Amino acid sequence: MLTIANKTFTSRLFTGTGKFPTYQSMQDALEASGSELVTVALRRVDVKDKDDDMLAHLSHSRINLLPNTSGVRTAKEAVFAAQLAREALGTNWVKLEIHPDPRYLMPDPIETLSATEALVKEGFVVLPYIHADPVLCKRLEDAGASAVMPLGSPIGSNNGLRTLDFLKIIIEQSNVPVVVDAGLGVPSHAAQAMEIGADAVLVNTAIAVAQNPVEMGKAFKMAVEAGRMAFECGQGTVSEQANASSPLTEFLSYE
Amino acid sequence: MNDFRDLLSQYPPEKVHQALAHVTPARVEQALAKKERDLEDFLALVSPAAAPYLEGMAQKSRQLTLQRFGNNMQLFAPLYLSNECQNICTYCGFSLDNKIPRKTLSDKEIMKEVEVLKGMGFEHILIVTGEANRTVGVDYLEHAIQLIKPHFANVSMEVQPLDQDEYERLIRSGLHSVLVYQETYYRETYKIHHPKGKKSNFDYRLETPDRLGKAGIHKVGIGALIGLEDWRVDSFYTAMHLRYLEKKYWQTKYAISFPRLRPFSGGQEPKVAMNDKELVQLICAYRLLDPDVELSLSTRETEHFRNHVIKLGITSMSAGSKTNPGGYAAGKESLEQFEISDERSPEKIAGLLKSQGYQPVWKDWDPALQNTFR
Ligand code: SF4
Repeated sequence: MLTIANKTFTSRLFTGTGKFPTYQSMQDALEASGSELVTVALRRVDVKDKDDDMLAHLSHSRINLLPNTSGVRTAKEAVFAAQLAREALGTNWVKLEIHPDPRYLMPDPIETLSATEALVKEGFVVLPYIHADPVLCKRLEDAGASAVMPLGSPIGSNNGLRTLDFLKIIIEQSNVPVVVDAGLGVPSHAAQAMEIGADAVLVNTAIAVAQNPVEMGKAFKMAVEAGRMAFECGQGTVSEQANASSPLTEFLSYE
Repeated sequence: MNDFRDLLSQYPPEKVHQALAHVTPARVEQALAKKERDLEDFLALVSPAAAPYLEGMAQKSRQLTLQRFGNNMQLFAPLYLSNECQNICTYCGFSLDNKIPRKTLSDKEIMKEVEVLKGMGFEHILIVTGEANRTVGVDYLEHAIQLIKPHFANVSMEVQPLDQDEYERLIRSGLHSVLVYQETYYRETYKIHHPKGKKSNFDYRLETPDRLGKAGIHKVGIGALIGLEDWRVDSFYTAMHLRYLEKKYWQTKYAISFPRLRPFSGGQEPKVAMNDKELVQLICAYRLLDPDVELSLSTRETEHFRNHVIKLGITSMSAGSKTNPGGYAAGKESLEQFEISDERSPEKIAGLLKSQGYQPVWKDWDPALQNTFR
């Protein structure tokens, strides 16, 4: 079981709500995925409207909403957006996304750290989306982030774990859960992230734009479970050379 | 880094024209096969040599758009505040020499329009005026934005170019994006089409996106009016402009439009015609150059065309548009800027999108995300 800020999750697959063709297909796919944490862009929901269409389709008892601040460019804007989301959606969880770069949506490390500090002080459970930067992850942990969400590759790129080497370092060093976010395009990418020891993954585009989002949701669910299981079993270490003979040290066995 | 004026001067129209004529099928295939494309690839893709590759371009464009934007289509409506204009533009119904009744909406009239547009479901609004600095100058615009802002999630603007400090003022009032089309990047013919008024200053218009970038705007829409000059050359310049802006003002988002000249009261025929196939080629070429840029389609285009082009790369479209001030609440009194081609209601357009597997997106912004005006 995965615990983030005193909340436990049986599913290690987190999902998003963007890019689906209909809210119904979103709901069906999220149900099939078994996901218990679903991120929602504040800019897409009508917080004044109690019957907002998207929220209505997420009002499943299993699903926890994770509002995200996508669209903000500065720490100041992020803090304001988080406050509004807390008030409107009744959750103090926030996925902190600060990308001043609207093309590749690269997160701003400096603003993200300063917003994390401010939001933690205000009692938020902060899950920052960041580049796979091991030092930044430690700094965020020190600042009180409840998890870190490094990217596998650019958002929506489906390129998989291009940051593999850095993710491994982050996972090895982290005292808070590591959620690999962005770039996971196929279930095997998710499985790979779980195999290297990620605590969870977040998948949106790959499920939302699949020909069959429901089946794809299920496929990711299975991949995440398989990857986690493999990690927990303790994988055999892969060796670069055969171990059968040891030409240089063989003599030691003739004592 | 050079400014765009210098950059543009390095590519005279004849040179671009020649390069277009020399594109070979092999060069088109190469551009198509690439994973990331540059301006030279774009040039190959808008060249006549690329015409036989249209289906392949469309497939790739669709796939890229789906990956980056998903099954979403942003909907917006223009809100014409005034048709007063001190300029003469040879292609526009609001032109000073066009004897039509002029009108600028009062607060009360604006609010009537707001009510109708809200009722249709719109959350993204584009305010439009002609260029009449005395009646619809920056004070009027600021007041209008403040009036409209509380009722919509997102306010954009398509009016005369302004100075940087004026943009800063409007951004503080909650303005989110500005659309400013160069009309044509041909310096010489630009003069012919804009003989009188402030708009005849080519460079002031050309540098508007720079002033907007410096003012910290969220989004800038650029484009060339199709019909004034060779669309392939003008589109190459537009793409070049896009690339220049993306690098320089990297915090700003960009959108491209491709307005084809439409008939209007008292107008002239377009000099250069562009057929539907060519417009599809252009849309796909933009998408293949830049998977993330917003591509916008207006109601200038026909129902038939809009129905089919939805899937090919477009990410935002207007619906139910009226292009005369007061057009939503007061109805049609022949003051339009141009004739609408697709007259279907927003509800109908939303239905059409759904039937094609797309989600009509009414709201994709929240004023809370923009802290500048607090
Ligand atoms: S295009 Fe603009 S500036 Fe030119 S006449 Fe029309 S409204 Fe006026």
